[in-house]
Amino acid sequence: MPSRLSIVVVETDRDRALLIVDSLRGAGDFDISVIGEVTGLARHISRHNPDVVLVDITSPSRDMLEELALASGPLERPVAMFVDRSDDGLTKAAIEAGVSAYVVDGLRHDRIKPILDAAIARFHLFQRMRVELETTKRALEERKVIDRAKGLLMKARGIDEDAAYALLRKAAMDQGRKVSDVAEALVTAAGLLA
Amino acid sequence: MSADTLRAGFIPLVDAAPLIVAREVGFAEEEGLALDLAKAPSWATLRDMLAYGQIEAAHMLSVVPVAMEMGLGGAPARIDVLQVMSVNGDAICVSRALADKMRAAGHGFDFADATDAGRALIAVAGDRPRIGVPFPFSMHAELLYHWLGALGLPVPQGLDVVTVPPPMMEQAMAAGEIDAFCVGAPWGSIAVETGVGELLLPGTAIRAFAPEKVLAVRHDWAKAEPDLTRRLMRAVWRAARWTAQRANHDTVSEILSRSDYLDIPAEMIERSLSGRLVISSRGEIRQVPRYIEFHEGAAAYPWRSQGALIGHALAARLGLDRAAAMAAGRRVFRTDLYRENLRDTGAELPGAAEKVEGGIDTPTPAASESGKLILLPDRFFDGYVFDPKHPN
Repeated sequence: MPSRLSIVVVETDRDRALLIVDSLRGAGDFDISVIGEVTGLARHISRHNPDVVLVDITSPSRDMLEELALASGPLERPVAMFVDRSDDGLTKAAIEAGVSAYVVDGLRHDRIKPILDAAIARFHLFQRMRVELETTKRALEERKVIDRAKGLLMKARGIDEDAAYALLRKAAMDQGRKVSDVAEALVTAAGLLA
Repeated sequence: MSADTLRAGFIPLVDAAPLIVAREVGFAEEEGLALDLAKAPSWATLRDMLAYGQIEAAHMLSVVPVAMEMGLGGAPARIDVLQVMSVNGDAICVSRALADKMRAAGHGFDFADATDAGRALIAVAGDRPRIGVPFPFSMHAELLYHWLGALGLPVPQGLDVVTVPPPMMEQAMAAGEIDAFCVGAPWGSIAVETGVGELLLPGTAIRAFAPEKVLAVRHDWAKAEPDLTRRLMRAVWRAARWTAQRANHDTVSEILSRSDYLDIPAEMIERSLSGRLVISSRGEIRQVPRYIEFHEGAAAYPWRSQGALIGHALAARLGLDRAAAMAAGRRVFRTDLYRENLRDTGAELPGAAEKVEGGIDTPTPAASESGKLILLPDRFFDGYVFDPKHPN
């Protein structure tokens, strides 16, 4: 029975870190630590001396881990990104999901795969949430602009809200543009003329 | 004719300009290319995006393709250097505390004499000065090791070189994690602006003509897509020539400052392009000739000797086979593709693929197809000369 694998998760957002840890726990019995502080990252990691490091691919702090791959002192273990270079599929899947893994060289593929599978699934979920959040935010912004444009039209032409919206929609359709774009143009123009 | 889409990645730095200008000023369009640009969060991620095929081309540190070919760090793909995207552009910045000590010890911050500055730094920095660089495989690290090594520090063990992403340098310096750092434009100017540090030297004071960033693609892609490779090279080469012209600096600064790209004030970018740098929060200004160069002196030509020198220096420091490392460096710097693809663009095509690095003191005519090539000074501050045939 090989000893438990130790995993370090680099994640500054506490909630996300907890979710990742949960997913990994579900995938097997690992010794997991979280580092939430990116200052002195390489030093912290070498203190933990983990078998695997997981880090968000969009984090600039990822570059700090590259020097771990260079550290070759007697106490420091060589670290490579992904244990099995022949398995491009797994690497690609991880990159697309937005997670990068640093793995001690020579670790067996079947020991590392469940960890990466769990991390990849979790990061996919993060990505989806991120996209949803952005979409919602944008929708909210657009709504605000449309409301302001409607207000301007109601005041300038003495019409009610429904008529104002119909007018915006017609202009958008005639010009092949989005309602929010027409609204934004109107708000900008009104600002200039005021 | 519909344009062919090509995905390219960059890190938000001034020296990504040729790629960004190629898209924004229409040089890519002229070649029938729609450049789809992706901003990458880190060099490691950009390298992986390129190696695993999420993008076709990248703005890349000149040292990375050589290191990869030597089997160091990360992804397993062979990456080729199509051309040098920028020469120089780095600056050494020291913390306010260290700068004060150096001033008290009599250093004048002339921003020019690397011997003086290095000795002053070593004298006050104590044992193993901690110096930040953006990436372990970078011209920044190469310049530092060469500079302090030549002044008597045992390298690499006498130096604590730490990787810190440029946006975090300031924080690391404020937290006392590092005493100094070497970064590319505009990060040195930003550290001065926020008052955490002072500029000590431009990279040019250490090495006058150092290949900084390159246009990199997968070797297999260049082989499979010779036509796209050719059009990409021509677009980026013309964009670099345009970027280098003084009359265009304001426009380049404005384009780069947009939020899709660097997202910092245009004025900060203009400082790097013009080489007029503010070195301290007291507003002292130094003019640096050729602080960053995109075109003159056949700057874009990927001399195989530049690749060989990178390989040689890495191998010497890491205790690897030097001949094999130099061969790796030569392999990835593709003078052959440059010659083939840029012939009728007006690019100077040097007669040789290699030259002695560090041997030129004053602008010197050199053999080329047009006969009009002038090579610019490329000396190292300590007189080091790298002859690829007899390396030392």
